Amino acid sequence: MLMSVGSLAAMGLALGSVLGVASRYLSVEADPIEAELLAMLPGSQCGQCGYVGCGQAAAALAKGEAPVTLCPPGGKATVEALAAKLGVKVDLSQVVDSGPQIAEVTEEICVGCCRCIKVCPTDAIIGAAKQIHNVIREACTGCSSCIDVCPTEALAMMPIPVTLQHWTWPKPASAQH
Amino acid sequence: MGFLDRFLKTPNWGVHPEDHKRPAADVPLRLFPSPERIFMPLHQHVGGAARPIVMVGQKVLKGQLIAQAQGNISAPIHASVSGTISAVGEVTAPHPSGLPFKAITIDSDGENRWIDSEPLADPFSAAPEEITKRTAAAGVVGLGGATFPAAPKFALGKRLKVTTLIVNGGECEPYLSSDDRIMRDYPEMVIDGARLVMHAIGATQALVGIENNKPEAIAAMRQAAAAFPEIKICPLPALYPMGSDRQLIKVLTGIEVPSDARAAETGVLVHNVSTCAAVHKAIRLGQPLVERIITINGGAIAAPGNLYAPLGTMISDLFAFVGLKEAPSRLILGGPMMGTPLLHDRIPIVKGASGILAFNAAEAFVPEAGPCIRCGNCTKACPMGLLPLEMAARIRVGDLEGAEKFELQDCISCGCCAYVCPSHIPLVQYFSHAKGELTAAERSKLRTEATKRLVEAKTARIEREEREKLEAAARRKAERDAAKAAAAKAATPVAEQTQGASA
Amino acid sequence: MSQSYGMPVAAPHTTTTNSPTRIMSLVMLALAPATIYGFWLYGWPAIFLWVITIASAMLGEAFSLRLMNRHAAPILLDGSAILTGWLLAVSLPPWAPWWIGAFGGFFATMLGKQAFGGLGQNLFNPAMVARVALLISFPVQMTAWVAPLPLFSVGAPGILDGLLIILKGVPPALDAVTSATTLGFGKTELSRGITLLESMQHAPALSFIGSRPGSLGETAAWLILAGGVALMFLRIISWHIPLAMLAGIAIPAAILHAVDPARYLDMGSHLLSGGAMLGAFFIATDYVTSPNSPRGQLIFGFGCGLFTYIIRTWAGYPEGVAFAVLLMNATTPIIDTYFKPRIYGRDSKGKPLQTTN
Repeated sequence: MLMSVGSLAAMGLALGSVLGVASRYLSVEADPIEAELLAMLPGSQCGQCGYVGCGQAAAALAKGEAPVTLCPPGGKATVEALAAKLGVKVDLSQVVDSGPQIAEVTEEICVGCCRCIKVCPTDAIIGAAKQIHNVIREACTGCSSCIDVCPTEALAMMPIPVTLQHWTWPKPASAQH
Repeated sequence: MGFLDRFLKTPNWGVHPEDHKRPAADVPLRLFPSPERIFMPLHQHVGGAARPIVMVGQKVLKGQLIAQAQGNISAPIHASVSGTISAVGEVTAPHPSGLPFKAITIDSDGENRWIDSEPLADPFSAAPEEITKRTAAAGVVGLGGATFPAAPKFALGKRLKVTTLIVNGGECEPYLSSDDRIMRDYPEMVIDGARLVMHAIGATQALVGIENNKPEAIAAMRQAAAAFPEIKICPLPALYPMGSDRQLIKVLTGIEVPSDARAAETGVLVHNVSTCAAVHKAIRLGQPLVERIITINGGAIAAPGNLYAPLGTMISDLFAFVGLKEAPSRLILGGPMMGTPLLHDRIPIVKGASGILAFNAAEAFVPEAGPCIRCGNCTKACPMGLLPLEMAARIRVGDLEGAEKFELQDCISCGCCAYVCPSHIPLVQYFSHAKGELTAAERSKLRTEATKRLVEAKTARIEREEREKLEAAARRKAERDAAKAAAAKAATPVAEQTQGASA
Repeated sequence: MSQSYGMPVAAPHTTTTNSPTRIMSLVMLALAPATIYGFWLYGWPAIFLWVITIASAMLGEAFSLRLMNRHAAPILLDGSAILTGWLLAVSLPPWAPWWIGAFGGFFATMLGKQAFGGLGQNLFNPAMVARVALLISFPVQMTAWVAPLPLFSVGAPGILDGLLIILKGVPPALDAVTSATTLGFGKTELSRGITLLESMQHAPALSFIGSRPGSLGETAAWLILAGGVALMFLRIISWHIPLAMLAGIAIPAAILHAVDPARYLDMGSHLLSGGAMLGAFFIATDYVTSPNSPRGQLIFGFGCGLFTYIIRTWAGYPEGVAFAVLLMNATTPIIDTYFKPRIYGRDSKGKPLQTTN
């Protein structure tokens, strides 16, 4: 009894240390996957993740300093792509998908100052000086950069309205539990 | 005969749900009196929504065009009553979400006056394209439930040289009998419509598949088709989902449509019997699709049966006509196997509405779902040969790609798997959920790519503007320098003037 | 008029009255005639063992569910734990001591089933997991077979005696009845150098109708067969697994018996002995642990039969159904991966068919 327990433990210890040593000495510098990660990000440089732009965010991701869930405008799809690339498991139900959001102009308050037009990374806001601005829904990435610069708070983030074409059946409540 | 041999061999898929078709199917067709107000949705078909061309307050006649087709796959909408346009607004869509969609409201004048029609005098000597054109103009769409516009399908059939038209009188969904009724009451219309479709697509034969639980319809159709040897009436075993086009094609012709192909590519085209009748009306009578036969059935209905009702009629109006025995526990548009659950009865009927079911509490009872015991009943029932249990197990844990590897996208949502499941697992909902999520993921991927293009465009634009600014500045500087040089050469008082102007 | 119907319920809006409970009940019903015949053959001890085994299987299930903070009652009512206990009970020596049944029952539902996540999640057949665990752990008790001593016949133990046999063991006075099964007997004799031709002459005369030592499920082979055929007609099981498994036993048996009847038992004895029938119709056909496609089921069933024959003929144990089924259970995921049904419009490899037009 003791013999077998002892020998198994010894074997485990020995093999474990071999693996440990091997991982230290045989480690390969990870391929620079920054570029690949960058390609998965929206590229709107909105800064919602806390980094200056998508490039820095990709660098942080590559170093493992940032969670794959860092990009709100990317939504679930981006999280999934990043997780698959980095080989990390991620509980998607934890991703706060407040649903993709987009900016919307409250026309009564807009003064037509053009500040939002300048900061919009995708040219999704149209308008001219002293004219009411408008957001092109299809082009807005929901980066919310425009919200901060609006002097009259005429811009606000709104969830993309659910339409007949976009509605999907919810997942059935799990059986068994 | 090879055809008979195939016939005797019962398919190894499908289910036999209790059909509940009678007594409603045997009740004579009733004409629904024109409602006071109808709500004509602009999107009653697959493809682009129609664009309204009427204004509030405008008087319209029955059959008058009120919304134009938009895009290649679309269908126009016509007024189903005569009266006044009272609104171009929104109404709840016949959709499980209960979300609204655009509709034109018409207050009926009660006269039901038709617009002047121009029937085609001799359609068989007309060009096939003329049939297709008129079918498109009449807003005819697939009335079996898929609501794919009929005309583009004709054009496709013509282009791909389809030889066989399959007329779908399967009506395998329980409770429904609107196709049964049209075959019993208007078999000549269906047969003539089928011949017109054959002419339009250039088919040489037509096979009319009718499930053998409708002997009256088979007899009536046989009689009507007696004069036309190119049209064959084929009784089918009553088996759900016999009315699904891929299954029907396989049973009637032995052809299996490749999973990545359309039926027309194999030389056959399927059209529903009601669609054929609508084509007949469009060509022979010049009447657009504004009315249809609709089955009102279910345990909560006092007098179940089939109604001939104008499109856009509120379901509540239909219920008022047939009477309710009790408050329905569930409302369904279509049949119980694939029908759409409705959240309330203030919803208008659309072109694809073959029936409205109002279930009583017993019919609406949903057994609680249990764990999968891997009995494989779903696999045996699946008419597509899929493995519903494997797909659902993966979707349950969020592995949508894993489910896709089992060819989730081949699923036709017929409901056989969930019907036979002893544990009553909502398999179809799992698959609908997964398909929806996968589509959404695809959409957001496209969106990300589009965003990237926009950002690049903006960056490029800003760079260009900067460059242009610099260039302009350089140019101005050069001009200034040139001017200076010129001024230096010229007399001193003139130089002062020039400098002032260029500043 | 404008009533709201709350959350939409997805199609289909109709279903069958089938349920796991109904399926399990029908399987138990099909198993009942064989079990009752076994009760008659082996008397009260067998009845007590049966009750104890089923009760422990249910208790084991209930205990596991309580550990997971789940309500036990609705899940116990699906009948799967009862069926597991029942299948285990009819594969045990009928006069085995009470703790064999108790240990087996607990083991089957707790480690064989609930440890994997409950109904539908287990990789191996719970009853066979328990039977193999018992066989390896308690080889003496698990191979102590008795000759039939029909209920109410002279010398058969009454209720009290029966209870005592199960609780305290077989009294020395009755020790004479202990003997071996057909397969065990043949194997032992072979190992002593006595050919089957000689040893089988001493086989009990009425062995054909089950009047011979064995488990409840072994001796009533014909009734098991009848129950299995009934399940096929009720469409609870398909013919693929049972037929393939019996073929997997019968084909090698027929060939080798023809080659050397002194060394290899005949086909009939193979099919009617041990757990062949029980295994083919009730054990291997377990939904959870068998493949789903017809082709996969054929392979699975044939594998079960072949392994059974191999173990019976060349391995150390006289009977191999339990081992064979467990071995094939382990291959089920692989079989399911490689033998999928052909999808409509696709070839057997899953590629879209070519357009013929």
